[in-house]
Amino acid sequence: MTQYLLSTLIWLPIAGGFLTLLLGDGSRNLARWLSLGIAVATFAFSIPLYLGFDGSTAAFQFIERTAWITTFNADYSLGVDGIALPLILLTTFTTVLIVAAGWDVITERTAQYLGAFLILEGLMVGVFAAMDAMLFYFFWEAMLIPMFLIIGIWGGPRRVYATIKFFLYTFLGSVFMLIALIYMYLKTGDYSIAALQQLPLTATEQRLIFLAFLAAFAVKVPMFTITPDGSRELSWLVIALSLIAVVYIGFVALVQQDMKKLIAYSSIAHMGFVTLGAFLAYDIVANTGGVQGAALGIDGAMVQMISHGLVSGAMFLCVGVMYDRVHSRQISPYGGVINTMPKFGAFMVLFSMANAGLPATSGFVGEFMVILASFKANFWYAFAAGTTLILGAAYTLWLVKRVIFGPVGNDHVAALTDLNRREFAILAILAVAVLLLGLWPAPLLDVMRGSTHHLVEQMLSTKLPTP
Amino acid sequence: MNPNLLLAIPLLPLAAAVISGLFGRLIGRTASATLTIAGVLGALVLSLKVFQQLAFEGVPSYNDTVYTWLVSDGIRMQVGFLVDQLTVLMMVVVTFVSLCVHVYTIGYMHDDAGYQRFFSYISLFTFAMLMLVMSNNFMQLFFGWEAVGVVSYLLIGFWYTRPSATFANMKAFLVNRVGDFGFVLGIAGIVYFTGSLDYADAFAAAPSMATKTLSVMPGAAWPALTVICICLFIGAMGKSAQMPLHVWLPDSMEGPTPISALIHAATMVTAGIFMVARMSPLFELSETALSTVLVIGATTALFMGFLGIVSNDIKRVVAYSTLSQLGYMTVALGVSGYSVAIFHLMTHAFFKALLFLAAGAVIIAMHHEQDMRKMGGLRHRMPVTYWTSLIGALALIGTPFFSGFYSKDALIEAVAESHRVGAGYAYFCVLGGVFITALYTFRMIFMTFHGQERLDHHAKAHFHDVGWDMKAPLVALAIPSLLIGFFTVQPVLFGGWFGDAIQVLEHNDVIAHIGHHFQGPVAFALHGPMGAPFWLALGGVVTAWLFFLKNPSWAAAWESRLSGLHTVLVNKYYFDWFNENVLARASRGLGSVLWKAGDQAVIDGTLVNGSAKLVGWLAGVTRRVQTGYLYSYALWMVVGLAVLLAWFLLSAH
Repeated sequence: MTQYLLSTLIWLPIAGGFLTLLLGDGSRNLARWLSLGIAVATFAFSIPLYLGFDGSTAAFQFIERTAWITTFNADYSLGVDGIALPLILLTTFTTVLIVAAGWDVITERTAQYLGAFLILEGLMVGVFAAMDAMLFYFFWEAMLIPMFLIIGIWGGPRRVYATIKFFLYTFLGSVFMLIALIYMYLKTGDYSIAALQQLPLTATEQRLIFLAFLAAFAVKVPMFTITPDGSRELSWLVIALSLIAVVYIGFVALVQQDMKKLIAYSSIAHMGFVTLGAFLAYDIVANTGGVQGAALGIDGAMVQMISHGLVSGAMFLCVGVMYDRVHSRQISPYGGVINTMPKFGAFMVLFSMANAGLPATSGFVGEFMVILASFKANFWYAFAAGTTLILGAAYTLWLVKRVIFGPVGNDHVAALTDLNRREFAILAILAVAVLLLGLWPAPLLDVMRGSTHHLVEQMLSTKLPTP
Repeated sequence: MNPNLLLAIPLLPLAAAVISGLFGRLIGRTASATLTIAGVLGALVLSLKVFQQLAFEGVPSYNDTVYTWLVSDGIRMQVGFLVDQLTVLMMVVVTFVSLCVHVYTIGYMHDDAGYQRFFSYISLFTFAMLMLVMSNNFMQLFFGWEAVGVVSYLLIGFWYTRPSATFANMKAFLVNRVGDFGFVLGIAGIVYFTGSLDYADAFAAAPSMATKTLSVMPGAAWPALTVICICLFIGAMGKSAQMPLHVWLPDSMEGPTPISALIHAATMVTAGIFMVARMSPLFELSETALSTVLVIGATTALFMGFLGIVSNDIKRVVAYSTLSQLGYMTVALGVSGYSVAIFHLMTHAFFKALLFLAAGAVIIAMHHEQDMRKMGGLRHRMPVTYWTSLIGALALIGTPFFSGFYSKDALIEAVAESHRVGAGYAYFCVLGGVFITALYTFRMIFMTFHGQERLDHHAKAHFHDVGWDMKAPLVALAIPSLLIGFFTVQPVLFGGWFGDAIQVLEHNDVIAHIGHHFQGPVAFALHGPMGAPFWLALGGVVTAWLFFLKNPSWAAAWESRLSGLHTVLVNKYYFDWFNENVLARASRGLGSVLWKAGDQAVIDGTLVNGSAKLVGWLAGVTRRVQTGYLYSYALWMVVGLAVLLAWFLLSAH
């Protein structure tokens, strides 16, 4: 079984997704239970992945390899390292909650909605597990299809505009990546990422490939080890963008009137910590002459990524809970929600505190690590990153003050009903996860240790031909 | 020391808090109260046991890890305890005051629907505060630091339907976050140099850090330890409400009074003082940082006292007094008198908690009236509250033999002994502060308990003295407010109680200096009338008596004569005005500009939609090229070939 574990995690939800699609809207309940069953099963299958993983080594594990497109030397090769594993777990975990969250909220085209999410889940696992660049690209691009449909069909009032915009921009970025991949394939004759990492590249080549990758995904750290010198040279760009994301977006989030937008902006600010932490290595070496702090930054970035998935997800769900009742995402129609929804209010305050990086919640761990690491690189990096302590608390708590606390704002708020069992269960599971990661992050760090150290070594290596 | 015993001290209140928080409705009011009180009582008993072991049984101090939170890049982030003389003193003070407040809460919150929630919060606070003081590393210190902050947030906003309360709690959290911003940078600086979060490693590396520099700006290298210490102190300024980060403390009075006593007087706000004392091996090596501490503390001590004179809200008077007293402690830190700072912290914890709880008793008796102008003559109606308040007030102004006398007099003498930059200014401030303290304290006592009754009809109709559940804690706190200084000044301050827990360089050791003249607590107290502070305090009391009891019309007359000054004081030096109208407005304005101009116009408008328009325009141009006529295509082919050829030929050279 473990032999095909990764394939199972990819194809079980995809197959299940198509099966759900077939059900159509006639058997809505069956579709719900079927997709929940598949999501739970997929999550259950991801647990042996964690249990069987050896975190002390950087080697890929659970490897599967079959020839795929022989003409291009592209293989169907899968494997996970300490970086991919936590992200796969996050994917399978959140999909269960997503299926449950849409339960009686999505009443139109329910089966299609659930099917799209299951297919998306499988493709995402594929992105994390692919060891072949072509396969990676395949999953990466395929992901756009269900995402496109989800936004376009079940999105808000401007969903069509949003869908086209989303598609064009992600696709545009991906095309650059495709060009870079093909270029490297022409030089190596191989699409395996490991082979690309061995490929010697000149400074110019590395610079261009780096920018192409940056355009495609802003960050998928392991890919940047293909261009260590290009990364060294251009890391300032990523760091500058990250710090702008933290400070600039912090201010922008402050003035949002739409709760969902506010959380989306705050989410960008949090992702700024991910990219910041990942690219500190070069500056740390330049500033201190040692490498201590580089792995701390990457570890912090990873923890932040996982935590962001949980906390931002929870915050969005909280907005969803209110939207389902009042049908508004604006802040102004609320006020004093805790009076009528005390349980919900308690959850919202907890997740807000996690969003503001409170210790004992997952939101603290990554931010703290990245700030410590960024001081090693440059005092001002730490200074700019540290402003999140103030800005993050400001926009989050101001939101809480206006929405949750205060006297009952109006008749809508007075008529609110507290969480039902399903909503309570979803938020409670997320709350436990947020607290667990905040109080006991060691298991996550232990899984990643080998891989982050290896990553730092690769980032700090050089590919330039010796003169 | 047994680590399980130490672990039980914070975990007992935590367990009680979790149970009564999550299952409060299930187990009911009485069970919640009983459970949390038992938890805190257990913590107190165990803390006393640890105290006994350290003080009398010669057990060495404890410093070890109990739980590894995470390891990354060789940096261990852990939960661990450092229990020495400094820690155990804080543990006893925290758990004792917390117990008094728990008991008092039974009566104070009796009619409140959030009874269980309140008990849960104050027990959670006790846990967080214990984690803070017992920590042996910066990670856990920061955890405790933030955790007490968040419980304070929840408690200030306990009555969440009041807009003023939800504003105050947000303000408190945000102002504290400004301090924490500095605090985190300080911690990061220590990790930068030592690669570790443990106190022991930081202290061992202190001498080497003192010789290093941080290149903060190109060409400007700052002394590393000074930067680190000032960053850490910014954290202390937030938590211990030093100017200009003091603005949240008066507003925190929106919370129920028991927490004003516990959190905003006795314990949490002293965390900054404790932290600097804990970090004495670092601060000692930076004269610049200590002078900064000194000047900020002195300014807070004097100028916050003035505000107490003009406030008519009984709780706010006590709050301004707390700000001023925290300034005194900070001054003590600034002159390297860490031990006297902690000593004053301890005596202050008792008498200030007492004054707050007494104020709370008055408020409850008056049916939620806080305006002193509507009180007066209450000493007949509530004698126990009156006499305990009087003890607290006499301790606060430094009456000989009362606990506050020993700590405050020693503190002022320590400032007089110091030759540090800023010590002269600080001496002026702390002496002036003595007069001011006596003035506002006895103004409060006279306006509340003496003179004519000015109760309005509502208060008169509903007046009822509080029960013994609220009076007993007052008595329990009055005893140490009276006696603790007398019995502990010798061992704690001059007997070397703190040992290695506090480190002072020999030429900075002002406490040792004044210790040479110390001849026991009786002689010390009898020597009181020989010094200026005694007469200044007396002057303050007499002035208060003249202006607020004997001739209240004088106060009104002076108020109009000095109306300019009065306006400045009533507006609290315009700090709030500045923060709300300049800082907050500018932030929101910046956010709007960045959003509208940056995000919407440039990124969305120009980049995103602009590029879409560009594509549209290009398509329009190329559409014209795609005429469908064969000759046209042939022409373009020729043009293209010519360009390619030209490029080929030119690049060949």
